[in-house]
Amino acid sequence: MQAPRTPFLRAVYELFSSMRFAISLLTLLAIASVIGTVLKQSEPYSNYIIELGPFWFKIFAVLGLYDVYHTGWFLGILVFLVLSTSFCIYRQTPLMLREIRSFREHATETSLRGFAHRAELAAGIAPATALQRLTGYLAGQGYRYRTRIEGEAQPALIAAKAGSYTRLGYLLTHGAIVIICVGGLIDGNVPLKVEEMLGYKKVETRDLASSQVPAISRLSPANLSFRGSVSIPEGGAADIIYLNVADGYLVQDLPFQIHLKKFRIAHYATGQPKSFESDIVITDPDSKKGFEGTVSVNHPIVYRGVAIYQAGFGDGGSRLALNGWNLFSPVARPFPFKGEVNQASRLANGQTQYSVEVTDFKAFNVQDTGEGDDNEAAPTQDFWQGAKRALGDAASSAPKKRAHNVGPSFQYKIRDAQGQAREYHSFMLPLLLEGRRYLVSGVREAPNEPFRYLRFPADENGAIDGYMRLRAALFDKALHPEIARRFAASATPNAAADQALRAKLTDSTAKLLEIFARGGFDGLAKFIEGSVAKAEQEKAAGAYFKVLERAGFEAYQLSRERAGEKPAPIDEQTALFVRDSLNAVNDSFYYGSPVYFQLDHYDEVLSSGLQLTRSPGKNIVYAGSVLLILGVFVMFYIRERRIWLLVKPGEVLFAMSSNRKTLDFENEFAQHKNNLANLLKG
Amino acid sequence: MEAIQDYRQVSFFRGLSGFDWVYAALLAAGSVYAFNLYGGYMDAYEKGILFLIAALLVGLGWFWKPVRILLPVVALLALFGVNQYHGELARAGQAFWLKYLFASQSAIMWMSALFVMATGGYWLGMALRSDFVNRVSAAITWSATAMGLIGLLVRWYESYLIGADVGHIPISNLYEVFILFSILTALLYLYYEQYYANRQLGAFVLPVISAAVAFLLWYAFGRDAQHIQPLVPALQSYWMKLHVPANFVGYGAFALAAMVGLAYLFKSKGLLANRLPELAVLDDVMYKAIAIGFAFFTIATILGAMWAAEAWGGYWSWDPKETWALIVWLNYAAWLHIRLVKGLRGAMLAWWAVVGLVVTVFAFLGVNMFLSGLHSYGTL
Ligand code: HEM
Repeated sequence: MQAPRTPFLRAVYELFSSMRFAISLLTLLAIASVIGTVLKQSEPYSNYIIELGPFWFKIFAVLGLYDVYHTGWFLGILVFLVLSTSFCIYRQTPLMLREIRSFREHATETSLRGFAHRAELAAGIAPATALQRLTGYLAGQGYRYRTRIEGEAQPALIAAKAGSYTRLGYLLTHGAIVIICVGGLIDGNVPLKVEEMLGYKKVETRDLASSQVPAISRLSPANLSFRGSVSIPEGGAADIIYLNVADGYLVQDLPFQIHLKKFRIAHYATGQPKSFESDIVITDPDSKKGFEGTVSVNHPIVYRGVAIYQAGFGDGGSRLALNGWNLFSPVARPFPFKGEVNQASRLANGQTQYSVEVTDFKAFNVQDTGEGDDNEAAPTQDFWQGAKRALGDAASSAPKKRAHNVGPSFQYKIRDAQGQAREYHSFMLPLLLEGRRYLVSGVREAPNEPFRYLRFPADENGAIDGYMRLRAALFDKALHPEIARRFAASATPNAAADQALRAKLTDSTAKLLEIFARGGFDGLAKFIEGSVAKAEQEKAAGAYFKVLERAGFEAYQLSRERAGEKPAPIDEQTALFVRDSLNAVNDSFYYGSPVYFQLDHYDEVLSSGLQLTRSPGKNIVYAGSVLLILGVFVMFYIRERRIWLLVKPGEVLFAMSSNRKTLDFENEFAQHKNNLANLLKG
Repeated sequence: MEAIQDYRQVSFFRGLSGFDWVYAALLAAGSVYAFNLYGGYMDAYEKGILFLIAALLVGLGWFWKPVRILLPVVALLALFGVNQYHGELARAGQAFWLKYLFASQSAIMWMSALFVMATGGYWLGMALRSDFVNRVSAAITWSATAMGLIGLLVRWYESYLIGADVGHIPISNLYEVFILFSILTALLYLYYEQYYANRQLGAFVLPVISAAVAFLLWYAFGRDAQHIQPLVPALQSYWMKLHVPANFVGYGAFALAAMVGLAYLFKSKGLLANRLPELAVLDDVMYKAIAIGFAFFTIATILGAMWAAEAWGGYWSWDPKETWALIVWLNYAAWLHIRLVKGLRGAMLAWWAVVGLVVTVFAFLGVNMFLSGLHSYGTL
């Protein structure tokens, strides 16, 4: 093999095959890799703008930092590494092969005397005998040798070696790196990258139905390699997948169609998910025959070179039957409303038109609710308490039952005529919070905000009806006088004596109820500010609040009476229920929607997220990997050692070398020196 | 004169003693017994792994003789522990032997205590220059290793007592792999202690194990992390049984190399100079540890890629954990080049080995704590 001739090519070759260049590339690769682990990759671009601001967003975008590992410059580093390693192999191979073959039996006495590991050994036996003994010894030690005898007068030289196949390790490891990178580059789909760069393919960023995506953003089934995903609802089918690219996607047409029969989630006793499985049917226009099977996590199906993986799941259009409660009307009865996940429905409230878009439904919600045994406290900050628990017995090895399934939940958006939307998240069943049960519904203005939860207290049946009846009574202006009258009567036991006071109390209570129904506690506060002297305000607020609570209690009893329910007991429970109800009414003013949707029943339809890949480079990469492992062990654990013995009358010159200067080598040298000296004694 | 035959190297197999063969026979019998008992619950890969591991353990015992004693002792005591349960998890807190010794949590606490004692012991040995004290410390380290292994084995059994579908090999979360890390690092150290007939390095290596133990205790006491949790679907794979241990041989070896590198730096600055082994020995241990670590880390990364290909749909996704594994690997590849090709030695490589551990720890812990990705099993 010959090096290139022109000075320039020569210099490039020198650079590329130098180890310093290789190490620099390795370092560069390591540093570049870090970027992609620190900055979250392939997020929607809007997230980056929020996080980085418009200025840095642009700079990062130009550098391709949102998908570092697929940028031209990153692939460039890999290509250079492959080149550098290939040149290195090209340069080293002849040397290595020579090293493996050669015994170096032409070493001169002068060069042997220059060795760091050498010894002059006195020989008490004739050179011919010595020669015989020494070669016998070397063979016994696992060395192969060659003897060079150039006539009587010249000393004979034995050149021996062991473990020279360690040099193969170099070829195996470095060849493996080239092979692995090539396999990886094939799966990186270089042809597609090129097509994209030349403008033959264009990333689609609009939200289109897959059939509407134009040809320039579609890839044919013949595409060499791809990795993308698709979500299929139960009962649905797909013959395309989406490949996420930058801030958009490409549509990959599949050579077959996948039909999802059923998606299943199994749970452990503790509520954690145990398995995700999709029953799929593949229909293949080329083979007519169908193919049926089940894909689960860690168990993909490979069909015609395309591997199908279980990658995720979601809702595939569950149908929800909802009760709509009008939060500010005197009506205590809900209206029925139908919703479907990923569909929008109209809702009219007086003149105002809304669109209700159900975005998600979950039949299971495993949450750490703090329920369960009291001694199973939440993780504690108290170290010693923790220590006592952890030191405990095997019961402490049992999974704690802190996680609970709290039942179904759903999420929806209510959009007004101006297009403004609020998002809601509601649970179907009451949740236990601080020892009491509430129906909970969260609201937020923007997707990156946390939900703020409104709690409706559940009645003795665990239903929302009790609250809704009380609420309706509070918003029913026609009932206010009766509620006020009842409260005044209970507050002034002596009807005859307190006549005047009772009438006054009735009036003011009715007024109070009206103010509360119009503006909650805020309205009340404003009223107090306007009508009570500053110094008295706090006291007045306290008094009003007491009145409101007791009037609320009367309203509750009245609402029950009218619904034909027996009166609520006069106890702590009821008092708390009324207080919670007043809070809920107050919070409704900040709920942002006049309607609360309660989930009555549902028909769940799941969808399965499948990932499909075709990676022709995989087997190349695996083959390279096997070579790499082999090579590493060969390189580290086969030690090359060479021994030269120059046999002269009365003296033997012993020299030894190794490509690894380790202590083992030092020890071996010392041992050989000792043994050989003994053998040569006579 | 001595005959040439006296120097002839005996072949490996001829050099094996009767005890070696008894040991191998025991392991073979044990694995066949396990196969008969549980083979029905295993898939083909798991059957393969059972016999592969048995063969590897035979090889390990033949290669490094003390393992032939460690393993039977661990097996006997673990079986005794398992036997004490009578199939009831609650007995862990009642039966004497379980409560005080062999219930997994008790055994692991013993392991922790013994490792800390051994650390103190090696320090004392260094302070007094007493080989006797060091010898005792080595014995304590062996016992700690044994208790750790017993703890893991019993924990494996306990997981099946919780529920047949919960049972799994105890190398599935941070708590469990920290135990594994402590054990493997200790074994690697004990091997080199014997190989170089030098016990002075314990004072440097054991602290890294004690640090792991400290983390383990904090994790258990402060975070209540010692409970056996069922496996998320992504972890239900035979690949876990191969990938995780291979990784931890790598991590253990890199940690060992870094601590020896630290000793090298101490010695080359004249600190503790006459209480530490020769620089050449330190350099040699450091190289050997990085070599074995690199080899196993290579295997682990490749196994990880194969697992990823089966679980995530691609052998390489540039997920943060994968990427940091690559960075660690590239770092040690560069270290090996510098040392082997350029022939460089000395303080620079020792520093590099120490910094290498920082990178490794980040790949091992930092990624889980600070970066998110597929490895966090946040979604499915
Ligand atoms: C990703 C890139 C590379 C990796 C991971 C890698 C890995 C290794 C490893 C682990 C060794 C073992 C050290 C030994 O036992 O000798 C080694 C040796 C070596 N490498 Fe690389 N290498 C890479 C690229 C290169 C390149 C580009 C060159 C060319 C200059 C090169 C030249 C060498 C040489 C000459 C040896 C010594 C072989 C011997 O003496 O047996 N390496 N490499």
